[in-house]
Amino acid sequence: MSPQADSEQRKLLVEVHNLKVYFPIHSGVFKRKTGDVKAVDNVSLDIGYGETLGLVGESGCGKTTAGRAILRLTHITDGTVKFRGQDVSSASLAEVREMRPSMQMIFQDPQESLNPRMTVASIIAEPLREHMDLNRAQIFDRVHELMDAVGLNRDFSNRYPHEFSGGQRQRIGIARALALNPELIVCDEPIAALDVSIQAQVVNLLDDLKESRNLSYLFISHDLGMIRHIADRVAVMYLGQIVELASRDDLYERPQHPYTEALLSAVPEADPVVERSRQRIILTGDVPSPANPPVGCNFCNRCPKSFKRCFTEEPALKQVASDRFVACHLHDTQV
Amino acid sequence: MTEISLAPGSRSTRPRSQWLDVWDQFRTHRGALAGTGFFVFVLFGVTIGPFVWTIDPQYIDILARDSGMSLAHPLGTDQLGRDTLARLIVGGQTSVAVGLTAMLLSLFLGTLVGVTAGYVRWLDGPLMRLTDLFLALPLLPLLLVIIMLFRETLRASFGPEAGIFVLIVVVISITSWMQTARIVRGDVLSLKEREYVLAAVSIGTPGRRIVVRHILPNVLSPIMVSATLGIANAIITESALSFLGLGFPSDFPTWGRLLYDAIDYLQQYPGRVVWPGLAISLTVLAVNYIGDGLRDALDPRIRGR
Repeated sequence: MSPQADSEQRKLLVEVHNLKVYFPIHSGVFKRKTGDVKAVDNVSLDIGYGETLGLVGESGCGKTTAGRAILRLTHITDGTVKFRGQDVSSASLAEVREMRPSMQMIFQDPQESLNPRMTVASIIAEPLREHMDLNRAQIFDRVHELMDAVGLNRDFSNRYPHEFSGGQRQRIGIARALALNPELIVCDEPIAALDVSIQAQVVNLLDDLKESRNLSYLFISHDLGMIRHIADRVAVMYLGQIVELASRDDLYERPQHPYTEALLSAVPEADPVVERSRQRIILTGDVPSPANPPVGCNFCNRCPKSFKRCFTEEPALKQVASDRFVACHLHDTQV
Repeated sequence: MTEISLAPGSRSTRPRSQWLDVWDQFRTHRGALAGTGFFVFVLFGVTIGPFVWTIDPQYIDILARDSGMSLAHPLGTDQLGRDTLARLIVGGQTSVAVGLTAMLLSLFLGTLVGVTAGYVRWLDGPLMRLTDLFLALPLLPLLLVIIMLFRETLRASFGPEAGIFVLIVVVISITSWMQTARIVRGDVLSLKEREYVLAAVSIGTPGRRIVVRHILPNVLSPIMVSATLGIANAIITESALSFLGLGFPSDFPTWGRLLYDAIDYLQQYPGRVVWPGLAISLTVLAVNYIGDGLRDALDPRIRGR
């Protein structure tokens, strides 16, 4: 059942098994725990070396939380995360700190993720100062090298984040993430806060860096077009769970889960002729609360193809073809 | 790409000390410069002053009592014929020293408690209740009790003047750190949820360096404001204590002491109230301007405007 089933030929960098991140709800006079917000519920996925896994889903479906949990930036309720075969989820804080250099993160809001009181040079130098034993001149050289790599003018090194445009700020964030030569970068909607024209620049930069530095990405986004451009494999999340995980082309050409179909039908086409004939699947209703998901399949109350079983039994993520996983009763071969 | 545009050549690529930028911005704040000038003048006045103006502030010249401004006594004399200028200079030593030390100590306490409460979740409750406790304590009875309990022991170990100095500084700071702690805690609570703190965590920066590098610099503004207000508060509390007879001995001049001694003669000789009053208010004003200028200069978003 796990996505690792036929992964012998791929070398895995990240393996996530049944990851759960729950946030307790306290209510009442005595603040007793009355429930959980299941932000990430039973997520299993893996990322191979040099691979980009796109993680898509609508707002609030747990994409960001999943990304943070993989880097152990939030607590993990249950499940395991392995990075290069090492367990991240149960490692001590000191051990996690040892692993930090090889797993980094790029944040959604480039304004928020840079300390307004630090110069660009000191922001990029922070990981170097924390993890490497370099003298000032070496740090200085390395910072300049990184600024070149992300396309920032070296003359900007004494400036402060507020003096930059959104795209330039995101480049600073990327340079900081690259500083320690990581193997995995979790990109948490790195382009969502940018103008469309800048988005392409940043995505292409990420693509180039991936080639030149042999990076693996977990690319979190709600922009299906961008994911199609950058990802090798795509996981679709809905209400804390992965509903479909497949290679990019398979997923975009032959979506299997009704939710994926609906998502893809919402992507506008550039060609006006195709666009006019595009059949949209309009979903009714709202996303249920992750504190109180429906019985059975999480998607059952909005699914155009739901049937009786969907309301009683929760579908597991099952392999339906080579590197193709769907959590839907429609694709349950045993029926 | 548009991103790689040419920079104006004025900025060098060498790491430049941030303090140079701070100083550049500080210089553009006229009030802060004037304040610094006046404060330095006061500091020099009270330290070098006694060597220039050599009249003994304790010398009683009963024949010259209650005299107005003259060449012999530029600011006049009091009811015992003691020179007001000399007393102002010597009193300033104590008042400025008490103000600065008490402010620093209360700032340190307030920031420590505030940052700890804001950053360490399980300490938040206990520390804030402690702050509430101090806020709820009636100040004057507390001062009375502390001074009754410790005056003699401190006098014995540090000598009469130094003992009282230590006592007053400690008393003022432990009764005035709470506002700073409150403000700092609130700011830290919101700052630690910012993404750049999360980014520092993801880099692997340990907690203490996150506080020093990312949180403290960003709570500097409220700390600065507390600091400038703290000096004024300390000088005024010291005068109140001296007035109640709990501070420095009555023959030991401080600005607050001079002010209160002169109140009885307010009707006949208003000048005697004006001079120490002016010294206190101008010093406080100068420090406020310095704090204002520093706060602007330390914030890179305001710098260069």
